[in-house]
Amino acid sequence: MKLTLKIWRQESAKTKGKLVTYKLSDLSSDTSFLEMLDVLNEELASKGEPAVEFDHDCREGICGQCSLVINGKAHGPEEHYTTCQTHLRSFSDGDTITIEPFRANSFPVIRDLKVDRGSMDRIIQAGGYISSFTGMAPEANTIPIHHDIAESAFDSAACIGCGACIATCKNSSAALFVSAKIGHLAKLPQGQIERTERALWMINAHDEEGFGNCSNTGACAMVCPQEVQLLDIARMNFEYNRAKCIS
Amino acid sequence: MALNAKIPEGPLKDKWQNYLAKTRIVNPANRKKLDVIVVGGGLSGGGAAASLAELGYNVKVFFFQDSARRSHSVAAQGGVNAAKNYKNDGDNVYRMFYDTIKGGDFRSREANVYRMAEVSANLIDHMVAQGVPFGREYGGYLSNRSFGGVLVSRTFYARGQTGQQLLLATYQAMMKQIKVGKLTQYNRHEILDIVIVDGKARGIIARNLNTGEIERHSAHALVFGTGGFGKIFYLSTLAMNSNGSANWRAHKKGAYFANPSWTQIHPTALPQSGEHQSKLTLMSESLRNDGRIWVPKNKDENRAPGDIPNDERDYYLERRYPAFGNLVPRDVASRAAKERIDAGHGVGPLKNAVYLDFKTAIEKLGEDTIKERYGNLFTMYEKITAINAYKEPMKISPAAHFSMGGLWVDYELQTTIPGLFAVGEANFADHGANRLGANSLLQASVDGNFILPNTISNYLADDIKTGKISTDTPEFEEAEKAVKDQVTKLLAIKGTMPVDQIHRRLGKIMFKEVAMSRNEKGMIWAIEEIKKLRKEFWENAAVPGNENGPNSELEKAGRLADYLEIAELMTVDALDRKESCGAHFREDYQTEDGEAMRDDENYMYSSAWEWQNGESWKLHKEPLEFTEVKPTVRSYK
Repeated sequence: MKLTLKIWRQESAKTKGKLVTYKLSDLSSDTSFLEMLDVLNEELASKGEPAVEFDHDCREGICGQCSLVINGKAHGPEEHYTTCQTHLRSFSDGDTITIEPFRANSFPVIRDLKVDRGSMDRIIQAGGYISSFTGMAPEANTIPIHHDIAESAFDSAACIGCGACIATCKNSSAALFVSAKIGHLAKLPQGQIERTERALWMINAHDEEGFGNCSNTGACAMVCPQEVQLLDIARMNFEYNRAKCIS
Repeated sequence: MALNAKIPEGPLKDKWQNYLAKTRIVNPANRKKLDVIVVGGGLSGGGAAASLAELGYNVKVFFFQDSARRSHSVAAQGGVNAAKNYKNDGDNVYRMFYDTIKGGDFRSREANVYRMAEVSANLIDHMVAQGVPFGREYGGYLSNRSFGGVLVSRTFYARGQTGQQLLLATYQAMMKQIKVGKLTQYNRHEILDIVIVDGKARGIIARNLNTGEIERHSAHALVFGTGGFGKIFYLSTLAMNSNGSANWRAHKKGAYFANPSWTQIHPTALPQSGEHQSKLTLMSESLRNDGRIWVPKNKDENRAPGDIPNDERDYYLERRYPAFGNLVPRDVASRAAKERIDAGHGVGPLKNAVYLDFKTAIEKLGEDTIKERYGNLFTMYEKITAINAYKEPMKISPAAHFSMGGLWVDYELQTTIPGLFAVGEANFADHGANRLGANSLLQASVDGNFILPNTISNYLADDIKTGKISTDTPEFEEAEKAVKDQVTKLLAIKGTMPVDQIHRRLGKIMFKEVAMSRNEKGMIWAIEEIKKLRKEFWENAAVPGNENGPNSELEKAGRLADYLEIAELMTVDALDRKESCGAHFREDYQTEDGEAMRDDENYMYSSAWEWQNGESWKLHKEPLEFTEVKPTVRSYK
């Protein structure tokens, strides 16, 4: 395959970025999207030019580090894929592909395609946990949990924290991300004690970090690699309203 | 220095309790005077960081990812073992201990393994309390599955994302400690050296991967939860940025490296499909619960797998190992796959894979049950290969996966450098020559959460009057200068050979000669090739850009420079051990039917290697004494 790539290059958050065009040939359709960037970086390196910086690590769709907007779509053309799972078989010979970083005010660019997603860590710090310290736990089977509830909690807990939902949202809202954690913990009996504070603290942190409001268009759920459901956002709203009423 | 494993007195089952009863602990009021640096934010490092912060120490945690939630523990799929005996199938601590010792081919330290089994049940309690959504039975109680190398069901799981769920629980515990101010995180930081003051590990030199700044950080003790170095093979199941550099730099400052050549080659990864491939995705071992492994009996088979009748298939694991069948341990399964592939029975376009077939299980249990058990794995498989594994078998192949070897540690998880501790995959103690499935998440978690916090206090008790460790000393100055010099040296090569290409070539040498099957001639050749490649790297590596700011090529080059040295030690280690055990299979030491031939008389020890200024290594032997078990021939037939 031959491809033309228009890649966002930006020195730092303080400088202006621009799209730079690169051409690659002799690519196999079985090559993954990130392997294609490896090929490009090898070409650049052998010419002594700095690499295109991009985030990636596990390359199997679970760590959440890869974060590209490909032809305007977070993680690329396939629904519910991560960038690293995207392969060139999703494109055609001769295509021009635009590659940009995940964009949001709360995700400042570090360089090129790398962004700082520390804002998501800080939302979890606000309350996305159960305060059970090492050594405190009771025997595991003293907390029976209905099979379906455990499975439903898993569906929310599966969020990989990549931020595609935020990059996709026209309001740069992190509602799906926040609701996945609130949903995971609110569904489980272990999460009940801190349920009220958690909802208030996490949502306040979300707003303080500069993420936008949710207007329920559902674009986030369309790109989510783990298929976290829009229903979690409804549950989050319920949890927040409940917390407001009783706190 | 003679090795002292510091194994506590008493019968095996009492050792840990005896240790806890007598070890020194630090008064809660004094803990806030003590600083600990943890390197690695995964299950072991993160668990240690959170638990130490909960105890009241001041903890700094460093990792190279943008968030600790992305540490490579996240990718573990199948499960975590614990001796709960919820299945009423005769499991207990001793059986779990025995399975692990046997699985490791009697090359691990008895006392450490027993302790891991002993605290395993606590870990499940801890993780459930943290909100891990483990799989449940319809009555609401926890469910279990089986894993390779055992005859009981003791594996707890959260679909095929168990590592992710345990890691998120650990990450959340860390985030809580950050909120309360006991823990500080340094993301996107890479550790480039440790600093030794008066013979004790007292700090690190780290590079901020965002700004390129070289930073000094001091503490009273260091904990490495730095993981394994299987990425040395280039193609592996590890994350792209996993590396051996922190461990290696500690090794060069005096930490002995134990059994470095013992690498687990995982039998069920996706096969390589082309030259530019960067990664061999793991397919969980749990799939072998319901999947059957086979190859066509006919070497030149061209039919689609579904068209090959049953009597023309060779279910070679069921044939060779009737007692354990498809659930033999990983080393055995990988070697058996290699044997069939080398004999010309491989499948797929490159003839480098075997089939993992779910047809029988789907007929028996229905597609829905298989979907609930492994749904995400089937989805992952389809995303990467565009093949629906409900309809046709998966193609799988062996890939480098886990480092059983690592920094030598004593019973307290302390390395040969006082004040430097190693937890999880970074150390060597628990898995012997082969790790059992679902023991990795276990070891990482219990080391970090339950063992290290109770042993590090014995060391820190001496430091309650020490006060802050200054970074403004000649030792820090010297270490920082050495790190800066290396960065300058890498950038000055200005060659034309991309770092990844050199890494790929190193990987090929290592996978050919120092992986599943080893022989003397091949390894002597490998050492020469490694040395040549090392020379070529320093003469012609292409390391573009500069040191100010993000530079992923510079990061990779620094890691590869270390791999090119680690590779030599791995080969030296494998050459030295003239026996076969677990993952270490020497062609010159095998039985007539191709099984490993151990030599307990001459090799019943762990090899701990001491760095000798780059010229060679000095071998220290830690004899392995078995008081409760009698080493037998490890048979899964």
